[in-house]
Amino acid sequence: MNAQLLIEVSALAASFLFIYGLKRMSSPVTARSGIVVAGYGMLVAVLASFLYTFGVAEAAKPHLTTNAIVAISALLIGVGWAWWSGKKVEMTAMPQMVALYNGMGGGSAAAIAAMVLLATPTEGASHGSLHYLVTVFGGLIGAVSLSGSLIAWAKLDGRINKTLRMTGIQAINGTIMLATIALGLYIVFGAGGHAPASVTVAFFALALIFGVMMTMPIGGADMPVVISLYNAFTGLAVGLEGYVLNNPALMIAGMVVGSAGTLLTLLMAKAMNRSVSNVIFSNFGASGDEQQGEIKGSMKPVDAGDAGIQMRYASKVIIAPGYGLAVAQAQHKLYEFVKLLQAAGVEVKFAIHPVAGRMPGHMNVLLAEAGVPYDIIYDMEDINGEFKEADFAIVIGANDTVNPAARTNKSSPIYGMPILNVDQAKQVFVVKRGQGKGYSGVENELFFADNTNLVYGDAQKVMVAMIQAVKSLDGGGH
Amino acid sequence: MEHAGTVLTGFVALYIFMLAAFTGYEIIGRVPSILHTPLMSGSNFVHGIVVVGAIYATLNATSVLEQAIGFFGVLLGAGNAAGGYVVTERMLEMFKSSDKKPAGK
Repeated sequence: MNAQLLIEVSALAASFLFIYGLKRMSSPVTARSGIVVAGYGMLVAVLASFLYTFGVAEAAKPHLTTNAIVAISALLIGVGWAWWSGKKVEMTAMPQMVALYNGMGGGSAAAIAAMVLLATPTEGASHGSLHYLVTVFGGLIGAVSLSGSLIAWAKLDGRINKTLRMTGIQAINGTIMLATIALGLYIVFGAGGHAPASVTVAFFALALIFGVMMTMPIGGADMPVVISLYNAFTGLAVGLEGYVLNNPALMIAGMVVGSAGTLLTLLMAKAMNRSVSNVIFSNFGASGDEQQGEIKGSMKPVDAGDAGIQMRYASKVIIAPGYGLAVAQAQHKLYEFVKLLQAAGVEVKFAIHPVAGRMPGHMNVLLAEAGVPYDIIYDMEDINGEFKEADFAIVIGANDTVNPAARTNKSSPIYGMPILNVDQAKQVFVVKRGQGKGYSGVENELFFADNTNLVYGDAQKVMVAMIQAVKSLDGGGH
Repeated sequence: MEHAGTVLTGFVALYIFMLAAFTGYEIIGRVPSILHTPLMSGSNFVHGIVVVGAIYATLNATSVLEQAIGFFGVLLGAGNAAGGYVVTERMLEMFKSSDKKPAGK
């Protein structure tokens, strides 16, 4: 009895700490303490969960020792592996790691559903159809989240480069989905929650396949939306399985994440000017290369040192960084350059496109890693009006997010996507490795504009050259 | 009796779901986009609570098949919780404003 009370109290405490922690995470000033608070909630809940040992069902009592060993060893291995992998992952690889951990949560929810459905029916403890419907629905979403997140992880990690595109894939996926749902409904209503193991296994296998098939056709550029969607999926699955297990902490935590994740997904899709269904069901970029108008003008190169010196004498410089900056590991050098400009009295601001990096806010994390204070980093809406007043805009490792074609060219696949108005600055420098196209495969007319100069080279080397040029200037001048 | 209890639980569950959904919506709706990545990671950590459910289900297992599934359930859930915590904490640790001196470095 006391054990049960302790479990209830710890679940209540955990729910409070999760919500309070998430609330603190919503401001940069208190964010760090927020995750720590939520962490305590998790610790309390997990430790208390072993009190369930005192209240297991009669049928499970003979197996209790084995069950406890299984649970503890799995817990230790899982925590140990995740702790180690989480500590060593690079900040650039953060999105795929989040995808991976998220998929694991979905898998865990699916495993709970499987255990409920495969349990031997006990006398007297009958449940209604609703109970099993929720179990099956949660299991389906969890399994889709698991396999889908794994594909997202593999794509972002460069393990899968192919994007599966074929005619009729919609129909195939639809068939798989219908078959999965049909099996699920059979388990609930046909078999009263206790279908033969083979049927249950087939149901989960189909759900996993559906997750793979649903994610394979989605291109890398859309992955942030997909990860966020699966995050919401896992939350929902956890909430539903919480209902099945009669555990309010799971219900609250799961549903908070489910709705927060849904909102985040919608915000992200909006930033890319696409609907979520468009991301999932359309083959983005498939028609991009065909009908492109000729772009007038030519690419004009400029020496990195010269560009650096010009910016040294400017009054306002806006930097538009993209994922390429992080790939070149040039954030630290960039910030060093920014500090030189600031010391020379130049006003420097960072302009972040909502989908810069591989996940909304990813660029902020990468800049924070380099020590850039968050108060000189601006969102697109806040800074877009300021490009007109900027003497220089410098684009580093970004492409599609600064492509004016999104505003003007109706035939462009990125038409309608909000962009950073770097082209309105008096002078634009684009730091670029070569003459390639962006992630979406679209040619960028910004590079050909009259007020644009290209600084060719690896972003890190370019930044070093700029730093040296400005330093030698200031060193000689004083 | 059992049935009446179930119906009640169903409605209480709906209330819990409804209120929790609004809570999540309100928390995220006001977050500046610079925190979207850590927050997605943080909410990812929060649903790691699923490990508690997996532990419960595993402790109540009655067959080897259930124990095997339970092992994976707890393993995956624990990975979700621990991994989510570590990466979120690492990211948030780095956010600094310019008037504060970087602490500890």
